[in-house]
Amino acid sequence: MHRFILKRLLLLIPVLLGVSLLVFAIMSFTPGDPAQLILGENAPAEAVAELREEMGLNDPFVLRYAHFVGNAVTGDLGQSYTSGRDVFDEIFSRFPNTLILAALGVLIAVVIGIPIGIISATRQYSMIDSGSMIFALLGVSMPNFWLGLMMILLFAVNLGWVPSGGYSSWSSLIMPAITLGTGSAAIITRMTRSSMLEVIRQDYIRTARAKGVAENVVINRHALKNALIPVITVIGLQFGMLLGGAVLTETVFSWPGVGRMMVDAIRQKDTPTVLGAVVFLATTFSLVNLFVDLLYGFVDPRIKSQYA
Amino acid sequence: MTEQMNTQDLLSIEDLSIVYEVDGETTYAVNNLNISLKRGETLGLIGETGAGKTTTALGIMGLVPNPPGRIVNGKVIFDGEDLLQLPKEKMRSVRGNRISMIFQDPMTSLNPVMTVGEQIAEVIQIHEGVSKQSSFQKAKEMLEMVGIPAARSGDYPHQFSGGMKQRVVIAISLACNPDLLIADEPTTALDVTIQAQVLDLMKDLKTRYNTAMLLITHDLGVVAQVCDKVAIMYAGEVVESGDIRDVYENTKHPYTKGLFGSIPDLDLTVGRLKPIKGMMPDPTDPPSGCKFHPRCPDATAMCSLSEPEPVLTESGHTARCFMLQAMAEPLAAQKPLTELNRVQG
Repeated sequence: MHRFILKRLLLLIPVLLGVSLLVFAIMSFTPGDPAQLILGENAPAEAVAELREEMGLNDPFVLRYAHFVGNAVTGDLGQSYTSGRDVFDEIFSRFPNTLILAALGVLIAVVIGIPIGIISATRQYSMIDSGSMIFALLGVSMPNFWLGLMMILLFAVNLGWVPSGGYSSWSSLIMPAITLGTGSAAIITRMTRSSMLEVIRQDYIRTARAKGVAENVVINRHALKNALIPVITVIGLQFGMLLGGAVLTETVFSWPGVGRMMVDAIRQKDTPTVLGAVVFLATTFSLVNLFVDLLYGFVDPRIKSQYA
Repeated sequence: MTEQMNTQDLLSIEDLSIVYEVDGETTYAVNNLNISLKRGETLGLIGETGAGKTTTALGIMGLVPNPPGRIVNGKVIFDGEDLLQLPKEKMRSVRGNRISMIFQDPMTSLNPVMTVGEQIAEVIQIHEGVSKQSSFQKAKEMLEMVGIPAARSGDYPHQFSGGMKQRVVIAISLACNPDLLIADEPTTALDVTIQAQVLDLMKDLKTRYNTAMLLITHDLGVVAQVCDKVAIMYAGEVVESGDIRDVYENTKHPYTKGLFGSIPDLDLTVGRLKPIKGMMPDPTDPPSGCKFHPRCPDATAMCSLSEPEPVLTESGHTARCFMLQAMAEPLAAQKPLTELNRVQG
């Protein structure tokens, strides 16, 4: 088990190197001069050239990347070009906001998705099943920023029940969390349903019935635990994606999270912030996946024995 | 046990018909089936794949998957009660308790995410209303009884071999000391050496607890080893049934003869096996008359026109064939085998 975790953590190194190299290259080779950006449009050319030299922007690409990695391993992700603040601190001051939003989104998705998936599977082809599948299809295919905008229009602008954006009180959480949760809920519903449908046709479910086990126990005890294995993967992926990919939702709701910070930074060509945010999100995504893999072991004993 | 109880049937299936309906097409899986079984007796239900053996078993257990399966008529009388009329809750208290079942493939019939101890203890908890602790204690005893160390009760199914898994399944099925054990090809998925062990174990436990057993198989050797009575199924019907020795020695039905004929005899030097020519009829479109007539070497014109009724052979078992009907008095139409057994007894 420990060896498994260690191996997975070591695998993070090449992943992060690859991700950061890619982003570093994109940021370097796209037009725009950070020195000019910092000094402003009207700065004299000599000053810009001097700053470029000072920031090491004239060094070869490889050297600059090596420099970045060298600093990053010590926890120094550099300073933002625009605010001058430490990128590392900036990320960690915003991360709790992103985390709480993603966690709440996933919670909503799980609380809605799993029970509906189970009910749909146990009553396949019934009205309930068809109804929930239609909603799931809607949820999957509807862009969530659009849902966010519509909710702002209805609940914030017209009804004035909740604030339209920002993070002022807990009520600011409601709409972004629902926006994020809807898509995931739909995916989790469909996954739970199909996984459950497969499991309830297994021989061991027939064995349980032959033992005289009550139908609700057959479903909730014998079938659910088996059906949850693929669902857990999906939940983990969704959580990882909400952590990193809540960019649109955070933008729509002006949520002070890492996603929005990254979008702002890209717009302003704030390379250190973009790099820091991407590396950070890649790390969290990988760690969430590792956690999910470990979770399997608790659900499925067959997988646990492979970790040894 | 009184003489009266001994002669009474524990299980008597009367005119049981089960169909599967998929996309408007009806599969006639079991057709007017009659079998009966006394306490402590073992009946071998033999037939090819698709003859309706497993569906019959599921019918007794009330586990025919619905949809697409449906029991269209008949009675399953168990200890004087028609199981088909029992409310769901009551049927649940019969299942796993008074009637239990061993399934064909031990590799898939245990829940992979529950320990074997839990799976045995569960059935004890449901039916005997004992505490969790004592049910686990009894689960361990059951494991020991089927030859698995009690220490392994905390292990998961994937940590056992196929033969041991089947032992666990047997432990589950016998945990509540059932009156009737239905074993659906319990040894088919196991290799030959393990087959013998598992059969011996079942035979031993069955005798010890005086459990009646319905053994479903296509292995005639297994039947000869364990059964008292035998019923041969073809296309959802029993074509020949009776005392095992009598059926084996005085085989009457052409299908049964064909079955026995397809067993290779090592003492004779023959170049080829003698299979029964042709295929089982399509159950969605069964042939008219006797269901076996398209494959029967002795078929006459009459066989395709009407269905033969079961008749009593001179040696004392029943068979459904016009060749016999010509010689013997046919039993009254639709007469359940229960009656017949009384005649025999």
